[in-house]
Amino acid sequence: MTTLTEAQGTQPVVSKGPTSTWVRVLQYSGVRLITLFVTIVIAVYLTIMIANMGGHVDNIMRSEIRERVAVQVVNNPANRNLDAAARNKLVLDRIALEEKRLGLDQPLAIRNFRYLSNALTLQLGRAINMSSDSGSKTVRLIILERLPATLLLMGTANLILFFSAIFFALSLSRNYGSLWDKAVIAFSPTSSAPAWFYGIFLILIFAAVLKILPFGGMIDAPPPRNSVEYALSVLKHLILPASALILGSLFLSIYNWRTFFLIYSSEDYVEMAKAKGLPARDIERRYILRPTLPTIITNFALLLIGLWTGAIITETVFLWPGLGRTYFRAIGFYDVPVIVGLSIIYAYLLAMTVFLLDFVYALVDPRVKIGGNRGTA
Amino acid sequence: MNALRRSYREILKYPSAIIGLVIILALMGVAAYALITIPYEEAVRLWRSGDDVWYANPQYAPPAWTNYFTPKKLPASFALNTADAEEEEAVTKEVILGDQNTSRTNITYTFDYDYDEFPQEISLFFRTTYDVKQPFVSVLLITPDGREVRVGDFGVNRRQTYRLSQDAKLQRRLGGLPPMQGLFTNPDSPSSAPIKGTYQLVVNGVSFEQDSSIDAEMALYGQVYGWAGTDHLRRDLGVALLYGAPIALAFGLLAALGTSVLTMIIAAVGAWYGGWVDELIQRITEVNLVLPFLAILIMVGTFYSRSIWTILGVTILLSIFTGAIKGYRAIFLQVKESPYIEAARAYGASNTRVIFQYLIPRMIPLLIPGLVSAVPAFVFLEASLAVLGLGDPSLPTWGKLINDAWVNAALYKGYYYWILQPAVLLMITGLGFAMLGFALDRVFNPRLRGI
Repeated sequence: MTTLTEAQGTQPVVSKGPTSTWVRVLQYSGVRLITLFVTIVIAVYLTIMIANMGGHVDNIMRSEIRERVAVQVVNNPANRNLDAAARNKLVLDRIALEEKRLGLDQPLAIRNFRYLSNALTLQLGRAINMSSDSGSKTVRLIILERLPATLLLMGTANLILFFSAIFFALSLSRNYGSLWDKAVIAFSPTSSAPAWFYGIFLILIFAAVLKILPFGGMIDAPPPRNSVEYALSVLKHLILPASALILGSLFLSIYNWRTFFLIYSSEDYVEMAKAKGLPARDIERRYILRPTLPTIITNFALLLIGLWTGAIITETVFLWPGLGRTYFRAIGFYDVPVIVGLSIIYAYLLAMTVFLLDFVYALVDPRVKIGGNRGTA
Repeated sequence: MNALRRSYREILKYPSAIIGLVIILALMGVAAYALITIPYEEAVRLWRSGDDVWYANPQYAPPAWTNYFTPKKLPASFALNTADAEEEEAVTKEVILGDQNTSRTNITYTFDYDYDEFPQEISLFFRTTYDVKQPFVSVLLITPDGREVRVGDFGVNRRQTYRLSQDAKLQRRLGGLPPMQGLFTNPDSPSSAPIKGTYQLVVNGVSFEQDSSIDAEMALYGQVYGWAGTDHLRRDLGVALLYGAPIALAFGLLAALGTSVLTMIIAAVGAWYGGWVDELIQRITEVNLVLPFLAILIMVGTFYSRSIWTILGVTILLSIFTGAIKGYRAIFLQVKESPYIEAARAYGASNTRVIFQYLIPRMIPLLIPGLVSAVPAFVFLEASLAVLGLGDPSLPTWGKLINDAWVNAALYKGYYYWILQPAVLLMITGLGFAMLGFALDRVFNPRLRGI
C-alpha cells in the first residue's frame, strides 16, 4: 500500500495573509490542472496506440470486412445473375463503403488523433463489433448498461473491505501482541493471491461440493418477476464474488492499517493524552484517527476510482456482467472504441480525484496549505 | 557487511521466514529436477502432443493418491509393452519358430489387481510386421480364481487397437455382462466388486511369414492415474505440475528482480541529477499510473504475442514507473545530502561512481524485502493471464492447467484434482515468498521494529 505514505509529502507552511493565499491556490490549481491534463493526453494516446497495436488491429479488421462482404455478396440471391467482374466491383465498393464507415480509409496517425480528441471530449462514439444487450452499438450505452453490475459488486466488496479493515485494525492496534493480532500477521501473506484465486476455491466449496450457491452469473435464469425475489437472487449470486474480492486482500489491509495506526499511536502526544487519563475512545478519535484522516481519505478515494475499473479476472471467473468483463471482451473483439472509452473515463476519474485530494487534505488537516512548500514531492 | 549478516541472523528468529525459505528451496529443487529430467523441448513436445503420445492413459483420471481418502480403492492405470519386455518382469514374450516359415509368439502380461472397482477398459495395441498374410492372435484372460476366459480370436493389421469392452462377441460369451464386469468377476455369480489377485492376459499369436513379428502393448484404463491424474486430452498432469515450477519461479523472480533493480537505478539517477531528468521520470511515472496495467497486458497478449518472454518484458516495463519509484526517490534525496556522498564528490568521484557505488548499495537492505515480496504478485500475474486464456501457447504452466480445467468445466463435472493441484502449488509458491518477504520487511524496515 504505497498510498499510505503519500499524504506525508505535504508539509506545514507559515501563512502569509489572505490575498497571497488566493493567488497561491489559483496558481497552484492552474499548474496542477495543466500537468494532469497533459498526463491524461499522453496516457490516453498511448492506450490508443496500444489498442491499435500500431495498425495491426486495422489489418485484422480489414480482412474481416473483406471476408464478410464477399460472403454477403455471394450469398445474396439478387446478385446471382451478375457476371464476375460486376460482382467483383460490387464487393470492392461495399468494402470501401464499410471501411469508410469504420474510418479505416484514413491514415492511422490521423485516426489516432481523432480518437484522442473524441475521447478527451468524451464523445465515445460507436463500438466496432460489440453491442449492448438492448442492441445498441453506442459505447456510452454499452458502458452504462454494465456499470450498475460492477458498482454493485465492487461497491459491496470494497466498502465492506475498507471499513472492516479499519475497524479491525483499530481494535488490533489497541491491544497489539494479542492472539488475534498475531493471527492477522500470520495470515497477511495469504493476500499475495489475487481475488479470482480465492474465487476458484469458493466456487469449489460452495457451488460444486455443497451446492448451496450458484457457480456464477448475476441472476437466476429465468429472472424472477417479483422484485423482492429478484433482489434475493442477485444477492445470492453476489455472495461468492464479493467474498472472493474481500478475502483476497482482507488480511493484508488489516495488517497495513494496523501497522499504520500503531506508528501514529506511539507519537508523544498520544502518550501525553494517555497520561492525562483520557478515555481510550477519545484518544482514538482525536489523537489517532484525526491525524491519519488524509491517508484514510486518500485510500477511500482510490477505492472509489477502483470501483470503476471493475475486476477483470474475478468478473470473468464468476461470469459477472460488469465492466471488467466488458473490458476483457472488448479486447477480444479488437473493439478499440470500447477500450478507449473505458480507459478515458478511468483516467479522468483518477486525475479528478488526485486534484481534489489536495483540497480535501487542506480541509481536514490544518497543517496543510494548498500549493505551499510541498518539499520535494 | 556486518550489519547485513546480523540482519540475516535476525531473520532466522522468525518462524515464518524459515518456512518461507524452506518452501522456496524446495520449489527450486523441484524446478531443477524438472529441468534435468524433462528438457525444455521435450516438455513442450509432450504437452503439445495428443493421442499419439498419451493414447495409453485414461481421460479425466484423478491422481492415485486420492485412493488414500476414499473407502473404495479405485484401479490405477498402467501400460505394459512387449517392446520393453526385457526390463519389465510383468511382460514375457517368447517366439517359437515352426515349420514353413510360421512362428508362434506367446505374450503374457501379469498384473496384480487389488482394487474395489472395475477398470474402465483394457486395450491391446498391436504392432505387427508382415508382407501379405496378416498374423492371427487369440487372447485369453487367466483370473485369480483359476478361470481361463477366451477373450477373442482375430487377425491383426500392422497397427491395430483391440478394445475389450467394445467387443460385442465377448459380451455375448460373458452372458451379456459388460466385458469388464464379466472378466473381473465370475459370470456365473456376478458381484459388484472385482475378484482381487493376480491376473494374466495371454496373447497367443501365429504369424505365417519369415520376418513377420507381433508386438503388443496392453493398457489398463483404470479410474486413477499416476501422481497427478490426467486431463481431457489424456495428458499426464504431472508433466505440467512439475514443469510449472521452473516457469513460475523464472517469471516471478525475473520480473521482481528486473522491476526492483531498474526502479532503484532510475530513482537514483533521477535523485542524483535532479532537474529535467528528475522531472521527466516524475512525469513518466504519472502517465504510467493512469495507464491500465492489466488491460495493456491483455492487449499485448491478444494482439501481439502470448510468448511468456514478451509478457515478462512488458510487465517489467510497466512496473518500473510506479509508486515505488517515488518512495525510493524520497530516500535517495535524503541520502544524497549525507556527508559521505559529499566526501566522495570532494575527491572527484564520477556521477556513475556515486550512483552505483555510493547511493545504490545503501538501499540494498530496502531492495531485498521489496524484491522478495514482489515475487508472488508476478507469479500470480502469469497465472491470471493464463486463466484468461493468454498463457504461453507452448509451455505447460500451472495457470494453463487452471485455464484448461476451467474451460472444460472441471468444477462443474467434479474433476476437482485438475484445478486443486495447480492452485495449491501456486498458493504454496506465493505463500513461501510472501512469508519470507514479510519477515525481511520487519527486519530491514526500522519503522516496523517492535511492532
